[in-house]
Amino acid sequence: MSPTTPAATVAPGKARATSTSSRRSRRNQDTGGQGAANPLAKLTVLIVCLLWIVPTFGLLITSFRNRDDANSSGWWNVFTSPSSLSRLTFDSYHEVWTKAKLGDAFINSFAIALPATFIPVLIAAFAAYAFAFMRFPGRDVLFILIVSLLVVPNYVALVPLLKIYGDFHLTGTFPAVWLAHIGFGMSLAIYIFRNYMSTLPKELIESAKIDGASHFTTFWRLIIPMSVPALASFAIFQFLWVWNDLLVALVFIGTGDNQPITIAVKQLIGQQGQGWQLVTAGGFISMIVPIIVFLSLQRFFVRGLTAGSVKG
Amino acid sequence: MLIKTINAILTVLAGVGAALVLYWVLNKLVELLPGKWEDRVKPYFYIAPAFAAIALYLIYPAIQTVVYSFANADSTAWVGLKNYSALLGSHSFRQTLFNTVLWIVVVPAATIILGLAIAVLADRLKPGSEKLAKTTIFLPMAISAVGAGTIWRFIYATNPPNEPQLGLQNAIVTGLGHDPVNWLQLNTLHFNSFELMVILLWAQVGFAMVLLSAAIKGVPTETLEAARIDGASELQIFGRVIVPQIWGTVITVFITVTIGVMKIFDIVYVMTNGNFNTNVVGVEFFNQLFTNFNNGYAAAIVVMLMLAVLPIMIYQVRHFRADEAVR
Repeated sequence: MSPTTPAATVAPGKARATSTSSRRSRRNQDTGGQGAANPLAKLTVLIVCLLWIVPTFGLLITSFRNRDDANSSGWWNVFTSPSSLSRLTFDSYHEVWTKAKLGDAFINSFAIALPATFIPVLIAAFAAYAFAFMRFPGRDVLFILIVSLLVVPNYVALVPLLKIYGDFHLTGTFPAVWLAHIGFGMSLAIYIFRNYMSTLPKELIESAKIDGASHFTTFWRLIIPMSVPALASFAIFQFLWVWNDLLVALVFIGTGDNQPITIAVKQLIGQQGQGWQLVTAGGFISMIVPIIVFLSLQRFFVRGLTAGSVKG
Repeated sequence: MLIKTINAILTVLAGVGAALVLYWVLNKLVELLPGKWEDRVKPYFYIAPAFAAIALYLIYPAIQTVVYSFANADSTAWVGLKNYSALLGSHSFRQTLFNTVLWIVVVPAATIILGLAIAVLADRLKPGSEKLAKTTIFLPMAISAVGAGTIWRFIYATNPPNEPQLGLQNAIVTGLGHDPVNWLQLNTLHFNSFELMVILLWAQVGFAMVLLSAAIKGVPTETLEAARIDGASELQIFGRVIVPQIWGTVITVFITVTIGVMKIFDIVYVMTNGNFNTNVVGVEFFNQLFTNFNNGYAAAIVVMLMLAVLPIMIYQVRHFRADEAVR
């Protein structure tokens, strides 16, 4: 019996060794495809990434060049004539921030985008809670209505709303765009939140009810904290969308004291006599906030997007 | 600047505060009702603000727009179908429609193909470089069309011959000894429209890639393994095993991109404002409304757009119902 014991103890080890090696070879096949494809895949991805980043890189370089350099030679000359490196400057940023009033527009963009993100999340979360956890006549019909409105282009709203806004003297104010973005983002937000909330365990809500919690308490204490992934991903999406929006801002605010940064930069492009260095500096200022939001919160964003798609 | 900032902060707090107070008050109001009625009415109070927003910003305007589309430029008299017949009868609007169709045909399909290709290739890299590559390609999604417009000017810009070129494409062309090309005005075979499409692809291929890549990673390894044992090539595995399993995601991305492309506005508006025969429906709508002040034409354009979206809407609702039935 004794000789079999080591064999018996070795056998599982051996089995484990072979299973890991087979798993490894399988993974090699997965990641490497057909062996030689690997360097080619690497090279292709590298080239694609370069193609994707070069345009933005050119903008960044141009924004640091002085007026003469930026308007008389391509940005890549920075690398061919090293003397121009010493002429790189922050002046254009200073100039657009103060003289072209991009600083004001930058603050306006925050004043527009923050409420236009927060308020629809709040309103949609309440509605989604009702759709997911409450029973009431008309629930299914109303939700189908939300689904069908998902694809309606927001252009439909512009002509009639301009008339209403005109009557109430809302045109040109922040609430004019907040309300518009609340309306336009609402159906998507309810759709995403409700789909997410309906995956939460119903027993939790039931037990909260038994403990005497009202719907209002359950919503704030239980459902909102548990729905953070869905809320965050929509909030990021909505923030990027509102910050980057040009059409709604042009229609309901227009140029002037309350204009967001997209309109301000569009104005700069229109006055090209000012020079490329200013346009590019303005362009970069307009991009920096969404890029920071995107890079720091990318994880939530992707998780929310993929969660939605796996279902949809 | 300081006053501006303080004002902005106060406005934001007021707006957000008002929304919070609204729900608190609504909830207090329902709680005043006797027990049974409280439960019956509460759901409607919870969805009321959302539906008020939707009714005011989508449903009412949609109806109103249909009405305006049968009225004259300042909506003071009925003109019947004249807006539609005038638009569809004009050569320039038919060109606009053609360009829009071109966008719809090319962009969603190209987005899927590129997104899928990059997802598959990036999947073969080490996790670190895969993440870096994906972030690089996803990043333009955060950039506005106005930002993209400033960026891409340095690709397409044109200076007269003998002057140094600021645009990358013309720098290459002149470097090879040719005359510079005025890219955005080059309308042969709608070339300039395709150049504008490249900008949109640059901006949103990352979106498709992220979704498709997640779907590919979700394909069970056993199915791939089984195909390999049966002697399938990598290409066959991709076409016959992976693609059918991620088809749902492909459709989702396709629909999302298609709807976005149908109402494409800002890239064209910023780059060419629809000149040089690059016009699309979105820009034409905007210009009818704000350059020609013609509500009737603008509304008629939107109604056509709504009709075009209708099949997608029906598909969405059916798809949703099928999903709910399974759940």
